Amino acid sequence: MTIIIDTPERLDTTTDAVSVDGVTRIFSARKRGAADVVALSDVSLTVHAGEFVSLIGPSGCGKSTLLRQIADLDQPDAGSVSVFGKTARRARLDQDYGIAFQQAGLLPWRTVSQNIALPLQMHRERGLDVAARVRELIELVGLGDFADRYPDQLSGGMQQRVAIARSLARNPKLLLMDEPFGALDEMTRERMQSELLRICGETGAAVVFVTHSIPEAVFLSHRVVVMSPRPGRVKEVVVMERAGAPVGSDAVRDDAAFFRGVTAVREALHDGAAAGQGVENR
Amino acid sequence: MTAATAVPSAPVVARRRGLPPALASALPPLVLVVVALLLWELAVRALEIPAFLLPAPSAIGAEFARLTPQIVEASVATGTNALLGLVISAVVAVLLAIAASGARVVDGMLAPVVVALAVVPIAAVAPVFYIMFGSSSETGRVIVVAIAVFVPVFVNALRGLRQVSPVHRELLRALNITGWRAVRTVTVPTALPFVFTGLRQASSLAVISALVSEYFGGPKTGIGSQITTAASGSNYAQAWAFVLGAIVTGLAFYLVTLALERVVSRHRPSP
Repeated sequence: MTIIIDTPERLDTTTDAVSVDGVTRIFSARKRGAADVVALSDVSLTVHAGEFVSLIGPSGCGKSTLLRQIADLDQPDAGSVSVFGKTARRARLDQDYGIAFQQAGLLPWRTVSQNIALPLQMHRERGLDVAARVRELIELVGLGDFADRYPDQLSGGMQQRVAIARSLARNPKLLLMDEPFGALDEMTRERMQSELLRICGETGAAVVFVTHSIPEAVFLSHRVVVMSPRPGRVKEVVVMERAGAPVGSDAVRDDAAFFRGVTAVREALHDGAAAGQGVENR
Repeated sequence: MTAATAVPSAPVVARRRGLPPALASALPPLVLVVVALLLWELAVRALEIPAFLLPAPSAIGAEFARLTPQIVEASVATGTNALLGLVISAVVAVLLAIAASGARVVDGMLAPVVVALAVVPIAAVAPVFYIMFGSSSETGRVIVVAIAVFVPVFVNALRGLRQVSPVHRELLRALNITGWRAVRTVTVPTALPFVFTGLRQASSLAVISALVSEYFGGPKTGIGSQITTAASGSNYAQAWAFVLGAIVTGLAFYLVTLALERVVSRHRPSP
């Protein structure tokens, strides 16, 4: 089944950030006799420029696989993926996106600033003052005092901030995040969520965000894509209401709209029949 | 036995007195050595053990003090061969390991060669090299060291080069870092602690091989030659003084590579 999603309030005339069209990905069984695993089955999804879209679903629903198709870390068996109107591969070669994984994946022999500088050193831009840009990024993620520390001297939350700063280094218009806060404690996690929204507000980047957490998805997103496993497909897309409180503030978490969003996503995940306000059904 | 029973209580005593930790950990083995030397000295005197069986430590010490310049000279000669062989072989081993980790074909070609090198009897090839390069040349000794050192460095380096974590692999791909740049920025730094573990194993091996190769002829420059010369001249205390020099040289090699390993592994998971 193909689902074409459009959000009326965010009609953007510029090129969509991500366009996934009928993507199917099958992992063939290594052992003889074992069945192939259909990780993604005919998945379509559009992410507009500047839009925050979360992918949520139980383990094995293919949300990370979908993200990997967009990042060109894996290729679909059928269907196509385009990023800013280019093929996913071209977009990767052109470094059009920044990426953060569940593990921070920092290089332990490099300091915080050297880690953040990595994408800038590998793909030099003419006239760019790398040191100044790195300082700017370190300030952005609030690690001003830790520029010369090594990753093993930082907490998990700080390491993840470094990873996010690194993903932002080239000021990408698209951020791909695979459960970046998954390993953090709840308090750090909520603070990081607010910071991420602030950063996105400042950079205007579109985000595709994989998560297990319903409140996290609701708090962060314009739209939440609910996926179901075996075969992995898009079950429902829930459009979030604009809460009364300023976007990204902690007051949002106490807003009635936030709770309605949580309920709507939960019901979508659990095959709920009742769909609340602002829910887009198939 | 007396020495051994004295050891377990020593650290407790040291800690209770509030000694600095470095001294507290160094004290027990020092006590052991001193006690063992005393027993040795006593045994030699009391039992009147002849010098060709075992000279007294005091006699060895006296010889060591008298011959210090010669011992240093001989240690430098042996150490130079060991160092040359170690460095040359380590560089070649690391480069070949990089090639093997990059291409399965190279790995397949090298694997049997490495096994063959691992079983080369150093003692047997040394005389052959003296014939090949002439008995006044040190080249054979350097080659003997190089052969002995190659395997531990190569095996550890190759293992290290394969330790790149999945998340770093993904990062390299996402950042479009390929080829030699990927090797330089991620693969080699990941492997470095493993390379140094190999070097640490290889460092003592290098000194031992350099020394043993001297037993089979060649110029009489190194510490191994001096040991045989002294022993055949019935200067047993002198032979032992040179053995002591050999131990110090080996220890120096080991400690230097250990220190390098510590520096390199400071901010990364060690093997």
